[in-house]
Amino acid sequence: MIPLDYYLVLSAFMFCVGVLGVVVRRNAIIVFMSIELMLNSVNLSLIAFSSFLGDPTGQMLVFFVMTVAAAEAAVGLAIIIALFRNKQTVNIDEINILKW
Amino acid sequence: MSFEQVVFYFLAVLAAFSAVMMILQRNPVNSALYLILNFFCLGGLYLTLNAQFIAMVQVLVYAGAIMVLFLFVIMLLNLGDDRRLREHLGLRMYLGIGFSVALVLELLFIFLFRSSNSAVQQSANAAEMGTVEYVGKVLFTRFLFPFEVTSLLLLAAIVGAVILAKKKTAE
Amino acid sequence: MDIIEPLVKIVFIFLITLTTVAYLVLVERRVSAFIQNRIGPNRVGPAGLLQPVADIVKLFLKEDIVPKAANKFVHSLAPLISLVVAMTTFAVIPFGNSIHLFGRDIKLMIADVNVGILYILALSSLGVYGITLSGWSSNNKYSLLGGLRSSAQMISYELSMGLSIIGVLMIAGTLRLDKIVESQAQGMWYFWRTPISFITFVIASFAETNRLPFDLPEAEPELVGGYHTEYSGMKFGLFFLAEYANMITASAIIVTLYLGGWQLPFVGHIGLPDLAVSLLQIAAFGVKVGLVLLFFIVIRWTIPRFRYDQLMNIGWKVMLPLALANILITGVALLW
Repeated sequence: MIPLDYYLVLSAFMFCVGVLGVVVRRNAIIVFMSIELMLNSVNLSLIAFSSFLGDPTGQMLVFFVMTVAAAEAAVGLAIIIALFRNKQTVNIDEINILKW
Repeated sequence: MSFEQVVFYFLAVLAAFSAVMMILQRNPVNSALYLILNFFCLGGLYLTLNAQFIAMVQVLVYAGAIMVLFLFVIMLLNLGDDRRLREHLGLRMYLGIGFSVALVLELLFIFLFRSSNSAVQQSANAAEMGTVEYVGKVLFTRFLFPFEVTSLLLLAAIVGAVILAKKKTAE
Repeated sequence: MDIIEPLVKIVFIFLITLTTVAYLVLVERRVSAFIQNRIGPNRVGPAGLLQPVADIVKLFLKEDIVPKAANKFVHSLAPLISLVVAMTTFAVIPFGNSIHLFGRDIKLMIADVNVGILYILALSSLGVYGITLSGWSSNNKYSLLGGLRSSAQMISYELSMGLSIIGVLMIAGTLRLDKIVESQAQGMWYFWRTPISFITFVIASFAETNRLPFDLPEAEPELVGGYHTEYSGMKFGLFFLAEYANMITASAIIVTLYLGGWQLPFVGHIGLPDLAVSLLQIAAFGVKVGLVLLFFIVIRWTIPRFRYDQLMNIGWKVMLPLALANILITGVALLW
């Protein structure tokens, strides 16, 4: 059997990588993908807790996180397309006028 | 090592590797491919945790729908290997890298020296809990209200995406 | 011991699928020739029966050309994704009732999993990557257009595909494909019980396999060859193989869900030995899949291609409401 800690460490490591991606990368799409990675690392720890504690709440939460992630991807990508149409770039350093 | 351990280590190492490669790639399509690989590994890990339904939904929703959308947008914008997007190393970037590495080191420290191994065994009803029947039952009884609310959220997202991505005509 | 049985089944299914693909190409060429009042390939071997061998040898001997500006890794990866997705879907399809051989019962499906149909949906949703990535990595306008079209088309039709299955699932009350087949005993096929679901599912299957009324990703007259314009040699062969393997898988799913799977009415009552019954049931499955495949081929050579806006209209404004209405009707009928 794999102890719970192993799953949690993997999840935390992936979360750190996601944070690093958001902080370091300037391409809006890659920043967005890093956010998805963070969501997924949290999902992993939720599922791990759920099956080690024998409580289905974790799985349900993951289910809802997935729904939110799908909605977020649709809206977020639409925003990126709209931004690209207006400014011809997806570099988040150049998107700094706070209006559209 | 048992078969289960081999599977776990393989998937875990692959997941960590693909996550790192995802943020290192210059080309967004390659990044997206590594992220898909990562989602696959997570699906496999969910299977080792006996969450079959969530594992399938992971592949179906994340790998099959969300990432296709990402790829679609990357291709639509035709970003490719653009050199214009200079990613220069500024102060903020060094800080970000420094803090992230510190976080990872901290984690490793806790894992290696302070780990108490609280839960070693998966719960006895974990296998039954991951089945579609069980998930469905819980979803439509205890979690009925949040479930219905997500439909509103999805509706709002559809409307928002359509309005945002629509081309402005006659302006 | 436990590992040998699945391995044997996997090898068995793999060989059967590959042989069927080879001969399916021949059948398609002969049928199209018949429809167009030609003769078709009849030179290699008796009545052209060795034509597939010649085709395969030709594909192997052709030069493998990779465009200079292509992304080499993705360019090679894409056909593999297509093929792997097409072949692995077969893992959960029951091609017969359990058979009694060598002193034990062998279940005639590779993986008996709790989430059977979700597995099929998950894998078929991955098929889009093969085409999209091949279109992007070739670095060619036509390929890219084909790839974009295919990702839009597959996302649109996956939705109605998933929704039309729900009607069946509501009646069967399970996601296990063997249980779904068992619930169709005595000719109570879902084809009769949920006809709307059957129609939408078959149409969505055509779209998912990129067969003719929906073959916009590779539309020859507009896009030269679509996503596989820049492919040659065995990589092209892999796409070709994947297309036909996809067809076989789609037919097998249609048969399993709607046409009773391996069920053969009345065969259990005439007092045949068990082994003969099992073999007859496997044969029944094969014959049904063959007929659906023939249907696929005949449709391809008789119906012209949709325009892109028509495709999207049908997908979102006809198929989706129909599938949703079917769920409602099934629910009302079940409550009745």
